[in-house]
Amino acid sequence: MRYIEPHAHMVSRTTADYEAMRLAGCEAVCEPAFWAGFDRSSADGFYDYFCQLTDYEPKRAARFGLPHFSWLCINPKESEDMGLAREVLALIPSFLERPNVLGIGEIGLNKNTRNELAILEEHIDLAARFNQLILVHTPHLEDKLKGTKLILDALKADSRIQPGRVIIDHVEEHTVSLVLDAGFWAGITLYPESKATPARAADMVEQAGMQNIWLNCACDWGRSEPLAVPQTALEMRRRGHCATAVDDLIYGNPLRFLSQSPRFKIA
Amino acid sequence: MTRQQVLDLYFMDARCKLIELAAFLDRVERSDGEADFRLAAIREALPLLQSAQQDKAKAVLLSLSDPTKEPLLAAPGKGACGAWPGAPC
Repeated sequence: MRYIEPHAHMVSRTTADYEAMRLAGCEAVCEPAFWAGFDRSSADGFYDYFCQLTDYEPKRAARFGLPHFSWLCINPKESEDMGLAREVLALIPSFLERPNVLGIGEIGLNKNTRNELAILEEHIDLAARFNQLILVHTPHLEDKLKGTKLILDALKADSRIQPGRVIIDHVEEHTVSLVLDAGFWAGITLYPESKATPARAADMVEQAGMQNIWLNCACDWGRSEPLAVPQTALEMRRRGHCATAVDDLIYGNPLRFLSQSPRFKIA
Repeated sequence: MTRQQVLDLYFMDARCKLIELAAFLDRVERSDGEADFRLAAIREALPLLQSAQQDKAKAVLLSLSDPTKEPLLAAPGKGACGAWPGAPC
């Protein structure tokens, strides 16, 4: 088995997780910027974090022969403070030339507020001006449906944005069609207590089709599973899906989306 | 997969989760004090499982979702609680 892990917060994981992912067939890992579990007190904290994502973490992954890529932004949980958010936005262009940066992400909404929406629109503008791919985080639980609709409206309102260059992550049964029908890519996140289980992910793929969908574990500092993608591959094989189809879903699809960035190159 | 194969693969897991849900309701009901909106949200979702229609998972998720359209003026906090209270929780 081979797969690409397109969304994992490896700064929160141990080196043993890198080894386990590599042993399970991981060929590349991509790490979007996210919330640290606490609010940073200044833009300097983000500067250090972006250095970690673009310098230190690729070296840690390389010890296991694993290419590491990153996405940059201020996450929506910290976007409520618009002053801080704009300071962080101003930092991002200087990092976009770093060799492992794939685009802007994971941007989006958390509690669906006006401030979060304004900063989302400024991230979308930044991505358009610098011709970057976009990775979108959709809100959790009861906020997901409304947030997904607001995010879709914001993306569609910017005529420079090409839906095929945007992945909208953490879709569930009530949002997957909204995303795919609008021409965007959809990410199904495998998470133990929220988002999707391997069985539900397989259900969604069987009903929505495998085109323009990727699976990811989004493993972080919370209760999460770094091997959730290969576990879902096993679930699909158990259901009778052929090895070629599963390979196309967990390797071919992320490869197709991510290769739109000239920086995404794996052996 | 045939229906029989689905049952063979997933019945025990579904049985386990059904009993866990029943035990959760028992636990809530024998505890003291008032329940908040989350218990009512679960009770409202339960009949959806009896529907003959497809897309029960989607229906349950929709029943637990914020149905409003306008962005909030300010975040009431960072977390989500899993059900819509009718006002920020």
